[in-house]
Amino acid sequence: MNKGKAFIKRLTGYRLFLPIFCLVLVLISNLIKTPGFFEVTIKNGVLYGYIIDVINRASDLVILSVGMTLVVAASAGTDISVGAVMSVAGAVCCFILSGGQQTVNEFANPYILGVLAAILAGILCGCFNGFLVARLKIQPMVATLILFTAGRGIAQLITKGQITYIRVESYKMLGASIPGIPIPTPVFVALIVVLLTYVLLRKTSLGLYIQTVGINPKASKLMGIKSSMIIFLSYVFCGLCAGISGLVASSRIYSADANNIGLNLELDAILAVALGGNSLAGGKFSLLGSVIGAYTIQALSTTLYAMGVSPDQIPVYKAIVVVVIVALQSTELKRMINKLQINVKSGKKVA
Amino acid sequence: MKKREKLDGKVFLLIITILLFLVMYAAGLIIFNSKGFAKPQVFLNLFISNAGLIVIAAGMTMVMITGGIDISVGSVVAMTCMMLAWMMENKGIGAVTALLIVLIMGIVFGLVQGFFIAYLKLQPFIVTLAGMFFARGMTAIISQEMISIKNEMFLKWAKSKINLTFLGGAVNKKGVINYPFIYPSVIIALVTLIGIFILLKFTKFGRTIYAVGGNEQSALMMGLNVRRTKLLVYVINGFLCSLGGFLFALNTCAGFVEQAKGFEMEAIASAVIGGTLLTGGVGNVFGSLFGVLIKGTIETFITFQGTLSSWWTKITIAALLAFFIILQSLFAKAKEKQ
Amino acid sequence: MPNEIVLSMKNISKTFPGVRALDHVDFTLRSGEIHALMGENGAGKSTLIKVLTGVEEFESGEIRIEGGSRSIINHSPQEAQEHGISTVYQEVNLCPNLSVAENLFIGREPKRAGLIDWKTMNRKAAELLSRLDMNIDVTKALENYSIALQQMIAIARAVDMSAKVLILDEPTSSLDDNEVVKLFGLMRRLKAEGVGIIFVTHFLEQVYEVCDKITVLRNGGLVGEYETETLPRVQLVAKMMGKDFDDLAAIKKEGNRVQKNSEAVIDARGIGRHGTIKPYDLQIRKGEVIGLTGLLGSGRSELARSLYGADKPDSGQLKVNGKTVVIRTPIDAMMAGMAYLPENRKEEGIVADLSVRENLILALQAKRGMFHPIGSKEQEELANKYVELLQIKTASLDTPIKSLSGGNQQKVILGRWLLTDPDFLILDEPTRGIDVGTKTEIQKLVVQLAKEGVTVMFISSEIEEMIRTCSRMAVLRDREKVSELKEDELDQNHIMKAIAGGGGTNE
Repeated sequence: MNKGKAFIKRLTGYRLFLPIFCLVLVLISNLIKTPGFFEVTIKNGVLYGYIIDVINRASDLVILSVGMTLVVAASAGTDISVGAVMSVAGAVCCFILSGGQQTVNEFANPYILGVLAAILAGILCGCFNGFLVARLKIQPMVATLILFTAGRGIAQLITKGQITYIRVESYKMLGASIPGIPIPTPVFVALIVVLLTYVLLRKTSLGLYIQTVGINPKASKLMGIKSSMIIFLSYVFCGLCAGISGLVASSRIYSADANNIGLNLELDAILAVALGGNSLAGGKFSLLGSVIGAYTIQALSTTLYAMGVSPDQIPVYKAIVVVVIVALQSTELKRMINKLQINVKSGKKVA
Repeated sequence: MKKREKLDGKVFLLIITILLFLVMYAAGLIIFNSKGFAKPQVFLNLFISNAGLIVIAAGMTMVMITGGIDISVGSVVAMTCMMLAWMMENKGIGAVTALLIVLIMGIVFGLVQGFFIAYLKLQPFIVTLAGMFFARGMTAIISQEMISIKNEMFLKWAKSKINLTFLGGAVNKKGVINYPFIYPSVIIALVTLIGIFILLKFTKFGRTIYAVGGNEQSALMMGLNVRRTKLLVYVINGFLCSLGGFLFALNTCAGFVEQAKGFEMEAIASAVIGGTLLTGGVGNVFGSLFGVLIKGTIETFITFQGTLSSWWTKITIAALLAFFIILQSLFAKAKEKQ
Repeated sequence: MPNEIVLSMKNISKTFPGVRALDHVDFTLRSGEIHALMGENGAGKSTLIKVLTGVEEFESGEIRIEGGSRSIINHSPQEAQEHGISTVYQEVNLCPNLSVAENLFIGREPKRAGLIDWKTMNRKAAELLSRLDMNIDVTKALENYSIALQQMIAIARAVDMSAKVLILDEPTSSLDDNEVVKLFGLMRRLKAEGVGIIFVTHFLEQVYEVCDKITVLRNGGLVGEYETETLPRVQLVAKMMGKDFDDLAAIKKEGNRVQKNSEAVIDARGIGRHGTIKPYDLQIRKGEVIGLTGLLGSGRSELARSLYGADKPDSGQLKVNGKTVVIRTPIDAMMAGMAYLPENRKEEGIVADLSVRENLILALQAKRGMFHPIGSKEQEELANKYVELLQIKTASLDTPIKSLSGGNQQKVILGRWLLTDPDFLILDEPTRGIDVGTKTEIQKLVVQLAKEGVTVMFISSEIEEMIRTCSRMAVLRDREKVSELKEDELDQNHIMKAIAGGGGTNE
């Protein structure tokens, strides 16, 4: 009995317990509902199937959640502008590639130029957020609220309020698949972003700095680590991730749809970080946790779609999950429960 | 004792705002003179089209004075409009009953958010972010299609003009005298605004709101009930959101999922432009009114100009918000140095 | 003076887990009396105040007010206030954004027809303040006034809420001399009106200037109650530190002679920071252990922090190893070969959730720069080396530092700085709150380091410890470096006299 308890305690104490547990839960419930959930077939040389769809569609979110993880860890705040920044990046890329036309059948400018411009746009947005948060010490959510609302407006201006189409096969590759490779390209992009970030955190001491700043900014100052610089960098990085994610999302629909690219993804990204077992109050983080969290959320979304819930309605459930996770992390709730337990216990004694 | 009058930072911010509004309006008079910008009705339209925002900005001001924020307001407006439309059109509920139900719904929504924020001490951002997605999603669950309101009583509320004869009328082609007018929604908005002003300025509860925003610890030490005050603020704000949503619905006479998107930023921007500090403790609902009027004027410009996309409103508001945030932060730094 | 007892506390005891915070303490306050409550860290002053104001509960004893026959127990500051006991803290507990009048009356505003009557409130506020000789505009926000005035307004609020007992908890810590004079004026006026004032402070000068009586606590016990006039300063310091002044055996020093002619590692001229430490000169030679001594709040840590750039100094020049350096932030100081172990281990030292290994290598990593990460193998080697060297008791290198004992946490922080191979090591209260064994280890280590040529600045409240480890001392009083003691002057008598200062008039 005790051994079992100890085992459960050790298991639940494991950092990645929450995200893995949730992922398994979602997958199992899917398997029960849709027996063919894990079936994979090949059509036109590309892998098809529910599970492939989940992994493919999750890519945008995985990329976003990588950036969001760093922002949350360093600044104990969230960047709610990521969805809008995605749409800006998509618009910039399509604008460059279409040369200002509404629909083109071939690139007006070299492909790489569009990609670089989109990434640069993401980075600039990140710089703006980072400046407000790190330098002017504005609460992260208010600071990023500016781009959250204005970002889509800027994207609209770039596309002149129209949906810009790039009907070029090579543009679609990033969001679909490269001929001859059965696995969808976004999966690779996500993988590369995650790996590069991992390497960046490993090969520089950025990861250590971010955690230190997130846990104890006073101590980090006395050790010569500039917290404002680290926080700024984390926002820039988050902007970069949003830019890349925007590119993928735009390539999926080979167009720049300012209203719909990255819609509601900010909530998903925050949820991925929280589901990944990371505290939204900042500090220690697990990149892998957030990545698993992101896949879990996509699996959940796909499940809900399959059940006939429309994309507009899904946020209801996700919002509830966010509040529940955050409430469970709250020390105040733990204190209340403790108090209640003590009261119950003393009540028993009296009786 | 020094008699040197020093210009207070917060007064200065408010003066900038009022000046900005006057300059903008004057500029409008000059630029769009030929298009009839000088008509009294143009000015009154600022109030008519922003009646809902005036109410919601007042609530936002209150929340921000406590040092909190509520980014769910836009979605709550959408949910309110949708609820109203759905209840009256699909369920045949009377306009008055429907109104009462949505007002109660707003209060409950505020109560839940307030409980999480005041009693569980969760960050207001996270809670209201969840609230924002929740309310927007609920709107979609009620109906994905747009519902137009055709309820007679509701339309009567929406369309009964109140002529302001003292402003003088103009005779149109058919020989009918047209007076400048407002709708009842404007009166509701202004009465609410004054009510909140009195609440903030002349009641113990109102002053406690300021105390909590100024220094929560001190407020506790002075024997004020901080948690209850915060909870009540979110409850009142929830009520104001649904009331604002109702006024909004009077303008649009419809409910749809994408309604009032970005409204949260307009409300926050109005409050901040009107001199409410993001750090809490300072704010004034009349300042926020000017914030709303500035936003309205920008919108009017864009309408009069004719070729600019409506997205410019959002971008200009965002830029103004950023500008005022930076201004606030500079003031705070200057004060620190003293 | 017609001095009735307004407050008597008898046999008060209070235990925190593992610590006897108050051990049968008595305290008596009369009306029209300013009564200093003195004691060093951990003496029990703040616990006594907390018990009195209902912030903490006490286990035994009784509190009576106005000689009443009934003993009272306060459960909250509000309840204490209803009993006529008000407290004004060092950090002003008012709202800076509200007007002065509101701060005086919030929660009990005068009303008319259910609404706040601002006119009456402003008039009453102005009357109240002018009665206390403060003629200021009460409609302005509190933040427009100096800390001193804010404090006096807080006092006015407390007094107006019918305080018979007024507790001033280190009110002068952030005031300058002029402001202190004003505050004292107010205190004397209240005293004349018959208010009993408990004055908690670390500044001896101030005690001798305004107080009638002094109660000294030490280690949770009562040392005694004294008339200020009859207690010489040196005696007071001795009582606070727990040393009998007349019978002091010199503690044997573990030899740490410095070569007289070694070069100056630190040469500070006129370095200071307004409001925290007055400009000072200080030269420290290689291999020296210089102690900073003085009572709590005398500016010991502030001096160290200004050298290290933790609080940027606003005047003066600094030479390190003969070269002029400009230190704006800690990283500049680190590059110049300095290291700083902060006083507050929990808030400024440990990075709680990170592992022992990470906590050890952090400073070295910061010094090397972000793009030159220390490889995991090197991290392990370094960490292992210092865990062994300092005998840090930890389950593994990857244990979070927060689960270590205080002493071991301190060793990790010490190791963190030794890893950077500093020329000049500042240790601010390195032995506070840690076990005796570890204390001795750290003291030995300091002497050892000095022998190896590291220059050490050592700050501690314990005099024996300082005598054992230091080769020279700088004495601070009231945020000013007042004197230096050479090696042959390092005994308790000299040190206490120097700390007490201005002794002539009171002996």
